[in-house]
Amino acid sequence: MSQPIYALIAEFDDPDNLLEAAIKVYAEGYRKVEAYSPFPVHGVAEALGNDCSKTRWTCFLAGVAGGLGGLAIEAYCAAIDYPMNIGGRPLISWPQMIPVAYELTILCASFGAALGMLGFNGLPRPHHPIFNAKNFERASQDRFFIGVEATDPKFDIEATDAFLRSLGADDVSVVEE
Amino acid sequence: MSAREKLNDDLILGKHTYRSINDKVNNVVLNQNSHTIPWAVCFMVGFMLLQLMGLVILWLLYRGIGIWGVNNPSMWGWDIINFVWWIGIGHAGTLISAILLLLKQSWRNSINRFAEAMTLFAVACAGLFPLLHTGRPYMAYWMFPYPNVLAMTPNFRSPLLWDVFAISTYATVSAVFWFLGLIPDVASLRDRSKNPIFRTIFGALAMGWRGASSHWQRYESAYIMLAGLSTPLVLSVHSIVSFDFAVSNLPGWHVTLFPPYFVAGAVYAGFAMVLTLAIPVRAWYNMKDFITMRHIDWMAKVMLATGLIVFYGYLCEGFFSWYSGNVFERDMMRFRMFGPYGWAYWMLILCNGVVPQFLWFPKIRTNLVALFVICQFVSLGMWLERFVIITVSLTRDFLPSSWGYFTPTIYDIGMFVGTVGQFTFLMFGFLRVLPMINNFEMKELLYRMIGRGHGHGHAAHAPEPALAGHAAGDGEEH
Repeated sequence: MSQPIYALIAEFDDPDNLLEAAIKVYAEGYRKVEAYSPFPVHGVAEALGNDCSKTRWTCFLAGVAGGLGGLAIEAYCAAIDYPMNIGGRPLISWPQMIPVAYELTILCASFGAALGMLGFNGLPRPHHPIFNAKNFERASQDRFFIGVEATDPKFDIEATDAFLRSLGADDVSVVEE
Repeated sequence: MSAREKLNDDLILGKHTYRSINDKVNNVVLNQNSHTIPWAVCFMVGFMLLQLMGLVILWLLYRGIGIWGVNNPSMWGWDIINFVWWIGIGHAGTLISAILLLLKQSWRNSINRFAEAMTLFAVACAGLFPLLHTGRPYMAYWMFPYPNVLAMTPNFRSPLLWDVFAISTYATVSAVFWFLGLIPDVASLRDRSKNPIFRTIFGALAMGWRGASSHWQRYESAYIMLAGLSTPLVLSVHSIVSFDFAVSNLPGWHVTLFPPYFVAGAVYAGFAMVLTLAIPVRAWYNMKDFITMRHIDWMAKVMLATGLIVFYGYLCEGFFSWYSGNVFERDMMRFRMFGPYGWAYWMLILCNGVVPQFLWFPKIRTNLVALFVICQFVSLGMWLERFVIITVSLTRDFLPSSWGYFTPTIYDIGMFVGTVGQFTFLMFGFLRVLPMINNFEMKELLYRMIGRGHGHGHAAHAPEPALAGHAAGDGEEH
């Protein structure tokens, strides 16, 4: 082998087979496993032991920061930077500050969700070894893949290959780094 | 794993596989021969009108907004009418993409992409009007609180400033939502495209998306959160637009009814525009398998429901102006109905009160020509609604000495027609360069429809009997 191996990848033609395979691969003890599919197949990520809760936190924290930051800017403008007495009303007339703070909450929370998703997914990443996999261009079209990475402690090229074939994969191939 | 839902109606007609859906959606972009003469006509007419708008804006910047019909009592004219009209149209896109997602309405999948595009382009049209109405659009950044040496901060107590934040947030969040939805589809185009330039562009836009299951999990989590954020956003945006009027003291504007009634009107006008686009486009691009008569029927029903809310709003306005016992309110209503703009009020009642009642009949909802015509009435009616609200109240306020009359000039008309051109131009440009239907969501929908154990490649569905009329034989080569 001229190139180091990144993973062994098994190809399926049906999302249900992918889901079954994911459950079995995890049960077999593999942990550095990733499934690839053209659309989200519910249950696969959970079967492989993934957790996506961090994105919720970036969204929530960004929203809180946006809301409080918005109120702070408004209060600063209205009470410190340019205090203006309008009919003796309080300088910080907070009910009238709600719409802008509300919009800023949503704006920042949206960026928190979108950038959090991209950040925790490690995107943008123009190239990744998995793109070397045979037939992988169909992972975004109509084929379903499951890849066991070579860094997995249980990874053994022959044993893993035989195991993936036993799952009913259409094809199992080596992905070079 | 969640249980697959049972769909009462088939949302994908014909025999389809993952591959056939994928090819059908992607080929519109990848096969440049798929665009026919109607596309070229719409695109070019849109482009010409866009040029017209460019000329009008140039003249406006040179001469100032006096070239419009706005005058002393009627400080707001067509610019604000068009602004509210376009913003309202945009709202249907967010309703389809966000609210229907939260409500788990699978029928949104085939229409959400171009409805979201419509939102973005409608907001782009809307944003031009207040920007140009400032007279000095190059100083628009003064509306944001930035550190400056002018000793100047924005007035956070003004609904007009709330509007700035609402509209800019709405445009930004809609763009983020749209872009996020596009990532997997652009990745699919990247992998299918043979042209190296396309590959590079789509590759850059897809940001290295590889469809990994952990990525999908975070993606769906982020997507649902964005939907959850967009839902209160869309309601707040048109509420804040209505505050522009409702917070003032003018008879006819100072109404607590405005926020909900504006939001309903926005959805109503927006669905009319979605249908106006969907009816021809699904025929030109042969998307009848995905945008079925069931979709059209449901959109027409949403239009009917929101239309009834809007009409209820008109009745409430009439009732409360009488019940208030306030002479200014009563007179304002009298001027609306029988004053110099009475023709507009009765046209409005015809368009938004009478014509939508035809949508009660299933035969009319599934008659594409009739539905298309009704949609045009709805669009006109919603434009007239803003015309009536804005012009009558401004030209008939408390003192007869400050009464007036508003007449649009050719520059008002040119600006309005120009934004219609801009919208058409952007919309048809979008159809050519990006997938108009959400590819991955359609494949996911097919997965849920065919169910476990049926194997792949069989999505044989009988066309809906009551709604047949087309369908059979529309399937592609698979």
